[in-house]
Amino acid sequence: MEPIIEIENLSKLYRLGTIGTGTLSHDLKRWWTVKVRSKEDPYLKIGQINDRTTKALSDYVLALHDINLKIETGEVLGIIGRNGAGKSTLLKILSRITSPTTGYVKIKGRIASLLEVGTGFHPEMTGRENIYMNGSIMGMKKAEITRKLDEIVDFAGILRYVDMPVKRYSSCMTVRLGFAIAAYLEPEILVVDEVLAVGDAEFQKKAVGKMKDVSTNYGRTVLFVSHNLGVVKELCNKGILLNNGQIEFEGSVEKVIDKYLNEGEKESDPTKRCILKKFGIQIISIHKKQNGNLTESAFFNEEFSISILCERISDNHLITDIVIQIINEFGQKVTSINSAEEGLKSSIFHGLFRLELGTSSINLFPGRYTINLMFVSSIVTEMIENIDSFEILPKQINYSGWSYNSNHGIARVFDEFKIVTDNLFEKKY
Amino acid sequence: MNQTKDYWDLIIVPRKSFFSFKLKEIWEYRDLLEMFIKRDIVTFYKQTILGPIWFFIQPIFTTIIFMFVFGGLAGIPTDGIPQALFYLSGITLWNYFSDSLTKTSDTFFTNQAIFGKVYFPRIIAPLSTTISGLIKMFIQFGVFIVVYIFFFVKGVKIAPNWYALLFPILILILVGLSLGFGIIISSLTTKYRDLKFLLAFAVQLWMYATPVIYPLSVMEGSYKKYIWIIQANPLTSVMETFKYGFLGQGTFSWLALGYSGIFTIILVLVGILIFNKIESNFMDII
Repeated sequence: MEPIIEIENLSKLYRLGTIGTGTLSHDLKRWWTVKVRSKEDPYLKIGQINDRTTKALSDYVLALHDINLKIETGEVLGIIGRNGAGKSTLLKILSRITSPTTGYVKIKGRIASLLEVGTGFHPEMTGRENIYMNGSIMGMKKAEITRKLDEIVDFAGILRYVDMPVKRYSSCMTVRLGFAIAAYLEPEILVVDEVLAVGDAEFQKKAVGKMKDVSTNYGRTVLFVSHNLGVVKELCNKGILLNNGQIEFEGSVEKVIDKYLNEGEKESDPTKRCILKKFGIQIISIHKKQNGNLTESAFFNEEFSISILCERISDNHLITDIVIQIINEFGQKVTSINSAEEGLKSSIFHGLFRLELGTSSINLFPGRYTINLMFVSSIVTEMIENIDSFEILPKQINYSGWSYNSNHGIARVFDEFKIVTDNLFEKKY
Repeated sequence: MNQTKDYWDLIIVPRKSFFSFKLKEIWEYRDLLEMFIKRDIVTFYKQTILGPIWFFIQPIFTTIIFMFVFGGLAGIPTDGIPQALFYLSGITLWNYFSDSLTKTSDTFFTNQAIFGKVYFPRIIAPLSTTISGLIKMFIQFGVFIVVYIFFFVKGVKIAPNWYALLFPILILILVGLSLGFGIIISSLTTKYRDLKFLLAFAVQLWMYATPVIYPLSVMEGSYKKYIWIIQANPLTSVMETFKYGFLGQGTFSWLALGYSGIFTIILVLVGILIFNKIESNFMDII
């Protein structure tokens, strides 16, 4: 296979902070050293690796650092990494929105990006006018758009509204239209950045299907960025893991996701030690595991466990109850588990002890959750909020092509769903 | 086989060579230019009650005010041309220039959202602004013609001549000047925002340095010392040629018009170079 995209030694330097006074002199100084005296850019040396956890020492930061990558025709590449890892910067360079500081990218064919909702839609113009508008922004010829118009309208499912101004569309319709235009543009390379999170389930299914179709049947290349690992896993056949602007791992998508999830181990912060003063209890560590691996983010509907290691320094109160609460991103208490209600005796709580809870399938709907820990005696109650957090990632059940999200409620409670037909009923009807 | 292997449609490198006008690329995106112009026109009419009437109201009222202030109170002569015609001709051309200059100088700010998501030759945006502004100009020119015919029928002595046929060239120069200045300013404002405030102020003053409300002959009479400022202004010959051709008054010289023409060509080329240089990195600055 021949590479369709070749990236070599690609770096991108950003300047931190806002442009204040003195910028002109700063620019002149830089221009003087680089252009006139033709020395190496002095700021390039200062640029550090983009690590968000440490405070930057200089004003310059390397958002991408020496990226080398070859992407082959027909590959569906998932790009994953934490926020600020450089995913968006990479895509921006590929779609020529910004230019790199060093290195180069070689591309064969047309590259089209589908970045956010309604790129370049004008609210006052009708759907049809916007299709032409948007298509030509992406480099399509007018005749080409006319040829594809019916298909685009059909795929977006907006036939009734095609002559209405786009400002009357729901956000969902806008996304669908935007995706349809990009998908039917038939570029050799399609760049998709976090778009599918917006549409409804029906559309997501359609869009994922279309992207698969585009890559397998038409041999086109797709670059896909998403935090939704479930979709990445399903759609992509190769992945790269970006960390601090560098490619940390490259390989099959399953391996890359595993690597990403296991990073949680390194991330667990030793300074995050909390003390419950009244009870004299110190929290030493918190581990979340899925299928035996330490993780910060776990898949929906799979095995999940949390274990909290504590040490009791003094025993001035008899603990009668330990409560662990799970809070969702809207601050709602989703569930809690109480030691008293579970029938645990109070005598075990002294010295080092471990609180372990687990489930064979974690059925909280995808989203971010925080953990509260509370100790109760007959006279005092003490609680630490947000001792840790975890994320539930979407996963399809029974390869349905659909996945639950936070709009569906709080948790999946029922395990079974069957459709039973009753012949008697049919007759009566 | 080796040949196809080394063939790349697009190579992204840090710095493009300074001297690239990318004219071929602009031509490839001509459909987009058309769409942008269409968008400007279509969206202008939507959700306004009076629609294009606004195009008429503006020059008519400005003319009335000018007649009162400059013609009446200040008593600036108009070379024997009816005041209404004199001011209207100046306003029509000047309004086009100042409108498109102000709009194009804002290119990067107004198009931030779309520039941040998709690549296309950025120059398409200011180019479409200057072209779609012409429609307003032509409507106002229509107002001028109506008033012109009115005075002509009334028997006022106005003597149009063949130089009126230079009108398309005058328009080209105006388009070039507003585009050229506009893109240079827009390139600089991405970094140094003070220029935006300076521009609003400068455009106001610029009008007084252009023979819009006075004929060049007034300057020749009493302010001969400063006339070089007015003559250095590339807009001067445009205004004067227009008035000379349509109204038969004013001054005309091929030299002055040639100066404006060459000035425009150089300005546009320099503008495109600066603009192309800024466009590749402006998303990091803005």
